[in-house]
Amino acid sequence: MKQAITFSVESHRFLGPDGQPEGDLPPLAEDKDALHALYRNMVLTRLYDERAIALQRTGQIGTFASSLGQEAIGAGVGHAMRPEDIIIPSFRENGALLFRRFRIRDLLLYWGGDERGMANPELGDDFPICVPISTHTTQAAGVAFAVKYRKQPRVVVCLLGDGGTSKGDFYEAINLAGIWHLPLVFVINNNQWAISVPRAIQTQSETLAQKAIAAGIPGLQIDGNDALAVRHYVAEAIETARNGGGPTLIEALSYRLCHHTTADDATRYRSDEELQAHWKLEPVARLKRFMIGRDMWSEAQESELIRQCKEEIEQEVRHYLDSEPPKPTSMFDSLYAELPDELRAQRQSLVGKESNND
Amino acid sequence: MTDITLVEAVNLALMREMERDPEMVVLGQDIGINGGVFRATVGLLEKFGSERVLDTPLAENMIAGAAVGMAAQGLHPVAEIQFMGFIYPTIDQMVSHASRMRNRTRGRITCPMVLRAPYGGGIHAPEHHSESTEAMFAHIPGLRVVIPSSPTRAYGLLLAAIRNPDPVVFLEPKRIYRLMKQAVEDNGEEFPLDTCFVLRPGSDITLVSWGAMLHETQQAAEQLAGEGIDAEVIDLATIKPIDMQTILESVGRTGRCVIVQEAARTCSVSAEIAARLAEEGLMSLFAPIRRVTGYDTVMPMFRLEGHYMPDTARIVQAVKQTMEFA
Ligand SMILES: Cc1ncc(C[n+]2csc(CCOP(=O)(O)OP(=O)(O)O)c2C)c(N)n1
Ligand SMILES: [Mg+2]
Repeated sequence: MKQAITFSVESHRFLGPDGQPEGDLPPLAEDKDALHALYRNMVLTRLYDERAIALQRTGQIGTFASSLGQEAIGAGVGHAMRPEDIIIPSFRENGALLFRRFRIRDLLLYWGGDERGMANPELGDDFPICVPISTHTTQAAGVAFAVKYRKQPRVVVCLLGDGGTSKGDFYEAINLAGIWHLPLVFVINNNQWAISVPRAIQTQSETLAQKAIAAGIPGLQIDGNDALAVRHYVAEAIETARNGGGPTLIEALSYRLCHHTTADDATRYRSDEELQAHWKLEPVARLKRFMIGRDMWSEAQESELIRQCKEEIEQEVRHYLDSEPPKPTSMFDSLYAELPDELRAQRQSLVGKESNND
Repeated sequence: MTDITLVEAVNLALMREMERDPEMVVLGQDIGINGGVFRATVGLLEKFGSERVLDTPLAENMIAGAAVGMAAQGLHPVAEIQFMGFIYPTIDQMVSHASRMRNRTRGRITCPMVLRAPYGGGIHAPEHHSESTEAMFAHIPGLRVVIPSSPTRAYGLLLAAIRNPDPVVFLEPKRIYRLMKQAVEDNGEEFPLDTCFVLRPGSDITLVSWGAMLHETQQAAEQLAGEGIDAEVIDLATIKPIDMQTILESVGRTGRCVIVQEAARTCSVSAEIAARLAEEGLMSLFAPIRRVTGYDTVMPMFRLEGHYMPDTARIVQAVKQTMEFA
């Protein structure tokens, strides 16, 4: 017998749950500004998520998906990207979006039921939040093709969840990325759950990273609660792609410490013991311990950061709450480049109507 | 100027536009060296190279999704789906993304793509190769659906579809891909979208159809002319949005209307036209609107497809019944 192929999957992390280094650290570990930027984004994201949930509970936005416990993934991805790169997000990577040009007021508008949340022209080519799972993965391949076609030194980063890797879209997208050698990095937030469906019911595959191997592209696993690992390996994949090295698939292991969304009750399907066990692995405390251990952070800086973040969030919330209600006719105005004649009468019936606020 | 077939006109339009527009790419299965299973893309690979003529893996959902991504970046992708029977995996992308991208970003990101597919019955093809499900796409806000019925209109309408800043589903009636030849001037001039074409003026009755069925509809009109009935024939051409103005104006003169389609009857494009005639043109009608359509059955395999598809006799009969009513 001849072995047609054998494969292995690397798994990486720099910091253990207690914030202690495990083996050699990358230069990033010495870069105080970078660590502060990562940490700030994670704290901001956590406070934003908390505030958004409060807004939902008081009826001021609709259903909301928090990223509690997964902040290192958004932060690492967002920080690794250059402004000219393009993000194709799912709906959970709040921190990554905040690192881009999405403002909290935009995100609140979106979750507050208003298309204008994804309309800010300063978002450039970044894609809007994608709700139908994995449907954005093939689009990411198309965007990456366009970038490559125009010979631009840009990279596309597509974020999805563990549940999303079960869809045909995902396989079709990584398959194409391989064949076309696209400047595209897929980052899977493997938070162990897809609403109530645990990772074990998504696939018999031992890792999600190994799905890359069938597509002929590199796949690796990282500890998604280690911001250093996320930042380092995502940046490496992005720069590989930028230099013509093709796509990479990264599985970032994390855990969803929150309910799926504000419309979900996770106590129906998972135990408190499991949840508490994962709280010990969470990413914000991990990076903080590391920085404090190296004299790069203090409790005084911590309280100042929290104060600043809260102030920024409140300002953004105020912007959101003060935003003009959308015009009812606006549902017609961006449907086509030019409104077809047959829709004029329908639109006319809404002229002069006010937006209701429910 | 030479006489060419409808599928050659499709090819000519693709050639012409690729030459003019460096942002245009074509993608699909077997469209490169093979030139497409119907040869609609023949010669493109040789002329424009594999950077712009993209043979894809066999994954329709991905073809549509990749086209959405390309279009979001401002490219003008024209994606071919080999047969309409295999277009259904694209529906997720067309409904959830292509049709909505402009709206859900308030114009920040748009989707100037074309999804082409041959459709319809009558060529004795295998199962799943003969359906006419254009109404599915016509139901979706944000999309355009365009169906040519002759070589000249295929050329002009496809150019318009590619240049249109919004997504267009361009369905090609494959039964008439090679049925007739017409002189098509390769002048790069587009035909207007969202507009019906009056193929035959008439005063007694308005016949509305699109795609391959216009062939039978026009034959019926000729036959009826011999019997003293003067039928006006309208090619709907753009299935969505519908140019009701032209139809209403015509029915306003004739007072009678028969709609002819290959597709199944219920919730179809003919149903929409009939509803709008009832809403906006009832007072000009002398007789009930009649529809000549495929049946509400699964499209039969080819031994029965002749019974399924409307023919000239069914159209003539519907017109006579309408004329007899009033
Ligand atoms: C195609 C599709 N099916 C179902 C849903 C409903 N839904 C929303 S999120 C979700 C679970 C997604 O799990 P995963 O991909 O792991 O992402 P996570 O929510 O954990 O971030 C489901 C089933 C959807 N949005 N899209
Ligand atoms: Mg998940």
